[in-house]
Amino acid sequence: MQQKDDWDIIVRPKVSLFSINLKEIWVYKDLILLLVKRDVTSVYKQTILGPLWMFIQPIFATLIYTFTFGQANLPTDGIPALLFYLIGQTFWNYFSECLNKTSVTFTANSAVFGKVYFPRLVMPLSVIISNLVKLGIQLLLLIIVFCYFYFSESSMEIQWSLLFLIPFLILLLGVFSLSLGILFSSLTTKYRDFNFLIGFAVQLLMFLSCVVFPASMFKGNIQLLILLNPVAVSLEQIKYIITGHGIFSIQHILISYLVTFVLFLFSLVIFNRTEKSFMDTV
Amino acid sequence: MSKTVIQVNNLGKQYRLGQVGTTSIADDFKRWSYRMRGKEDPFLKIGEENDRSKKGNSDYVWVLKDINFEVKQGEVIGIIGKNGAGKSTLLKILSRTTSPTIGEYKIKGRVASLLEVGTGFHPDLTGRENVFLNGAILGMTKIEIKKNFDAIVDFSGVERYIDTPVKRYSSGMYVRLAFAVAAHLNTEILIIDEVLAVGDAEFRKKCLGKMSEVSKVGKTVLFVSHEMSAISSICSTGILLSNGRIAKQGKIDEVIDEYLNVFVQKSTSRYWNEGVRPGNEVMELISINLINEFNQSIQAVSMGQKFGVEITYELKEDGVRINPGVTVYSTSGQILCVSMPESDKIITEKKVYKAICWFPETLLNDGTFSLRINAHTFYPTKMHFDFQDIIIIEVIEKQYEERKYDYKDKVLGLIQPSLTWEIK
Repeated sequence: MQQKDDWDIIVRPKVSLFSINLKEIWVYKDLILLLVKRDVTSVYKQTILGPLWMFIQPIFATLIYTFTFGQANLPTDGIPALLFYLIGQTFWNYFSECLNKTSVTFTANSAVFGKVYFPRLVMPLSVIISNLVKLGIQLLLLIIVFCYFYFSESSMEIQWSLLFLIPFLILLLGVFSLSLGILFSSLTTKYRDFNFLIGFAVQLLMFLSCVVFPASMFKGNIQLLILLNPVAVSLEQIKYIITGHGIFSIQHILISYLVTFVLFLFSLVIFNRTEKSFMDTV
Repeated sequence: MSKTVIQVNNLGKQYRLGQVGTTSIADDFKRWSYRMRGKEDPFLKIGEENDRSKKGNSDYVWVLKDINFEVKQGEVIGIIGKNGAGKSTLLKILSRTTSPTIGEYKIKGRVASLLEVGTGFHPDLTGRENVFLNGAILGMTKIEIKKNFDAIVDFSGVERYIDTPVKRYSSGMYVRLAFAVAAHLNTEILIIDEVLAVGDAEFRKKCLGKMSEVSKVGKTVLFVSHEMSAISSICSTGILLSNGRIAKQGKIDEVIDEYLNVFVQKSTSRYWNEGVRPGNEVMELISINLINEFNQSIQAVSMGQKFGVEITYELKEDGVRINPGVTVYSTSGQILCVSMPESDKIITEKKVYKAICWFPETLLNDGTFSLRINAHTFYPTKMHFDFQDIIIIEVIEKQYEERKYDYKDKVLGLIQPSLTWEIK
């Protein structure tokens, strides 16, 4: 008769904490790619300017910041204000959009999740990747603006030896937003109270993330708090690497990786528990 | 002997009724505190049987309880039951969109579930893009979809529109394309929930054909439907669910019979007590019954069986000519035929009559028909009573294999009369 071990799927009510099936996600890699393609192509359908909107958005935001915060004479660590805000805006946008989209993974996709099984993590992963595509395109704009300032102002020095760190810092942003996003999406399936919180939280986080202020503006404990925030660390280090202004610290990066890693594991456990039965409570 | 591909042991699913709010958070805390102390979940012990029509004492109900069954490879198993019997919940659990509260199940092979057609279709994407996306959501790889792409488009019959966004599609085209993707899934086990209740007759026939074809190549199919003719034509075995428990399982014919005879609300007979009988001062209607050739009440008609509609009425005045009439409607509201007794059969003496309208063995095709029954006196015309949809006839063709024709699939048409053939 049957041998116990030749079943492909065994489903029981309770599962162990870390039953993340990475192999299963790999099986669905085509789905991730198609979802990324869907996200990227469907957003600008029926628009005339199309992907140009990806540039227009950060340009406007940067101009507004330059105007408002520039008027207030906030320090920019010696980086030209326009460039300072554009860097902050570009990377912060990546983080906040990932967070906003992944934090509604369960509620926004309940129609699909209720009908078909696939590893639920596929959805937030595809969000992170499709926003990465968008970030890549926006980086073109950043490079153009950067070149203008690089050749017109002498104060900027690219830290060539540290340039390799940038992908790792973007990865840090992605994983950190994924962790927060899936954590929030798990918490909001049954009780929607956190939905109200996340809007405030994202705004607050922006001010603590060196988007509009440099870390050097803060002293003592607050600075320490800011540097425990992986978003702030990423932004600060990216700014340093491409302009040579600011504080560089490999310890900060390592601490951020540690914070993110712990949060990521914790979120995965919660997400994994939620995905089994969220259809009943969503 | 073929091997078991699905094994379900003691499966149960409990739901909490009512809204999510402060009561549910109190229950959640209680559950959590019990778990922290290493005790069993306190809410698993309570909970009532699921009967939607009765008011219960507890907020917790078991929508499925003590479900045990096995499915062998290549079996096409039909799951039937009334609304709310737990059919869809069972399919949801088996397709892993939700998890069971207790029990476990094991599956061998890849599973594709079609609880809906067109899951994940994005309105702004073209038909082509959606085929790939939908295929991937259902678990196909890009290469598999590419390989089947032409077959999918061909099956759907929407080739002309394939590069148009699906939001411009008619609903029929949308469903055709969506089902076409599903029909080309390459998985060993298919779970299907009433998706065939869409599309036009030609396409439905295509779908049913595809499903029986699928089972012939050794794939296993779990199929939920309310349409007995579809179930009986493609399924070999069945499970009847009632209030979350298995009421019967076994051969599909027996399961369907049990369902029709025990569980379907009787719409094959009506009786009126004295005082509430429809009619007027000349006549009163007493009962209407669907009967077989031995004058016994029946709930459903097997194809090839002679049956009659028996109208019992009382004539209260001598000399009035009562013309009972039977009109047969298809489910889409089309009139198939109208029938009434010949003039010389009408008796005008005052007493209780049984007027029986006999249907020949071969007239109605398998499917559902509804009867309108009335009675008239003509010139001057007077209607005594008139009931729309008073009797519902379910005609079932048991097994296509036993048919006397070479063709063994569903025959189209509302009627299937036995026309005489001559081949010279």
